Amino acid sequence: MGGTSTRALAIATQKLNLWYGTFQALFDIDLNIGQGIITSMIGPSGCGKSTFLRSVNRINERLGYVRITGSVDVMGEDIYQQGVELVQVRKQVGMVFQRPNPLPISIRDNVLFSHRLHTSDKCSKARLDEIVEDALQQVLLWDVVKDKLQHKATSLSLEQQQKLCIARLLPVKPAVLLMDEPCSALDPKGTEAVEELIWELRGKYSILIVTHNMAQARRASDECVFMLMGKVIEHTDTGDMFVTPRNQETADYIEGRYG
Amino acid sequence: MEQNQAQSPSPPLDTRFDRLNSDWYFDKLAQVLMFIGGISVIVFIIGIFVFVSIEGFGFLAGKFEFSEFFFSPDWRPTSQTKETYGLLALMAGTASVTGFAMLVAVPFSLGAAIYIAEFSSGKKREFLKVTIELLAAIPSVVWGFIGLTIMNPLIIQIFHVPVGLNILNAGIILGLMAAPIMTSIAEDALKAVPDRYREAAEAMGATRWQMIYKVILPAAKNGLLGAILLGVGRGFGETMAVLMATGHSINLPTSVFDSVRALTATIAAELGETAVGSDHYQALFAIGIFLFAVTFVINLVADLIVRGVRKG
Ligand SMILES: Nc1ncnc2c1ncn2[C@@H]1O[C@H](COP(=O)(O)OP(=O)(O)OP(=O)(O)O)[C@@H](O)[C@H]1O
Ligand SMILES: [Mg+2]
Repeated sequence: MGGTSTRALAIATQKLNLWYGTFQALFDIDLNIGQGIITSMIGPSGCGKSTFLRSVNRINERLGYVRITGSVDVMGEDIYQQGVELVQVRKQVGMVFQRPNPLPISIRDNVLFSHRLHTSDKCSKARLDEIVEDALQQVLLWDVVKDKLQHKATSLSLEQQQKLCIARLLPVKPAVLLMDEPCSALDPKGTEAVEELIWELRGKYSILIVTHNMAQARRASDECVFMLMGKVIEHTDTGDMFVTPRNQETADYIEGRYG
Repeated sequence: MEQNQAQSPSPPLDTRFDRLNSDWYFDKLAQVLMFIGGISVIVFIIGIFVFVSIEGFGFLAGKFEFSEFFFSPDWRPTSQTKETYGLLALMAGTASVTGFAMLVAVPFSLGAAIYIAEFSSGKKREFLKVTIELLAAIPSVVWGFIGLTIMNPLIIQIFHVPVGLNILNAGIILGLMAAPIMTSIAEDALKAVPDRYREAAEAMGATRWQMIYKVILPAAKNGLLGAILLGVGRGFGETMAVLMATGHSINLPTSVFDSVRALTATIAAELGETAVGSDHYQALFAIGIFLFAVTFVINLVADLIVRGVRKG
């Protein structure tokens, strides 16, 4: 399917099917997400966008009743293969959730959380400070919080919390960032700020972002995936999709004829 | 409604509102009954406190000597030559048994709470919770009986000591007694930690254990502290089991194999044999006031801490 085929792939799925218990949520998903670009994922509520995202970082497995067939390759490695370490998968594939979910610890500890999980040897305090500053700089949050790094992360505004949730993924240098409607809990100003940030991160990370906001998908992504009822209907350059959708369903959705 | 409005543009007020019918009286009656029920609890508690205070006040005004009461280990209210009313040994008894009980109960109940809240689900979880609640309902005299008939010979056999009724025995019994309620409250505290924290930690690659000790336990720490304090309060107030399992002999303990006597057990054992209004009788009530004050403070602190959790 679509996309720019010459580009190296960040995520590649083959015949991915997923069941919650007996309910099938994903059907034969073959999707190739390119490296270093922003891909947006749109589709009506309940079509399986979150489900797809969550199976790329295997966080779905928390539920215990999820079953999968097919394969998901991240940077060329099948992450569902036996012997693959869950911890490594999650290090490589960072996830940002719909509701900002910073941990109820200090801002600094939030930024270092992932780093501490994945680095066994002790770093000097200076090195840690550097990591914190670098991550917060990347999400344009450093100037705001540099004087209150010891404050609880949960005391920040939602916009800042969401930026922090992105920042804490960066120290372990993930290849892929998954974002599930990262702006839906934010006000328009916060949305704009986070969008801007995501655009800043373009090129450094491969980003897959789910959104309900057509305008956001249009202005903030290189490629766009349209899903419907657990299937991928269309995957093309964002510009093409919004100007000349190939499928009737895509056209209907873009014009707002679905929920 | 719409039909009504269609017929008459300004319908008269619903008749139910301007007449007192049986529903209204029933409502009022229920309200009054609730109020009486609620207020009587408070009245009883105040009544008990006043009663205990009045009975104990005679002692506080008469034979009471601060330094003897709190710092003398001699509790000899029936001495022919000179009566002494020292609580130190009794306080040491209560404190040592409660302390030992917490050594037993804290790891047990925290472990159980973590297992139930974080590692079990569905039927297994329900089963465990019901079991814990059943354990909490075992009467204390049964625990005391277990201390007397099972623990006692066991301790004598294992440790080769002359008596098995001691701090070790009572501490274990009391620990097992307090563990269920502590487990329950600790589990509530863990469950109150929002799931999105777990999800966040796991999505970053934390293992279950890393998630628990880096995120869940710190987030739930106030609730867990509250659970422990309530356990301490339970230990302080427990009477029957400690009466039966401590050996009930006045001692300043130096090892866990020493028999001791608890404050509560002293009241329970002696009150029936004293003449109403005598110094001894009043001294026992003074102990009651002391216990009342201590447990009140412990429970209050526990309550404040747990409440602090709820607020965030
Ligand atoms: N934990 C779950 N257990 C069972 N079914 C689920 C679960 N999560 C999602 N589903 C079902 O799977 C389907 C896809 O859900 P999913 O959350 O992936 O949709 P979505 O596209 O992200 O929707 P939205 O735009 O509302 O977030 C839905 O029908 C939903 O009811
Ligand atoms: Mg979703």
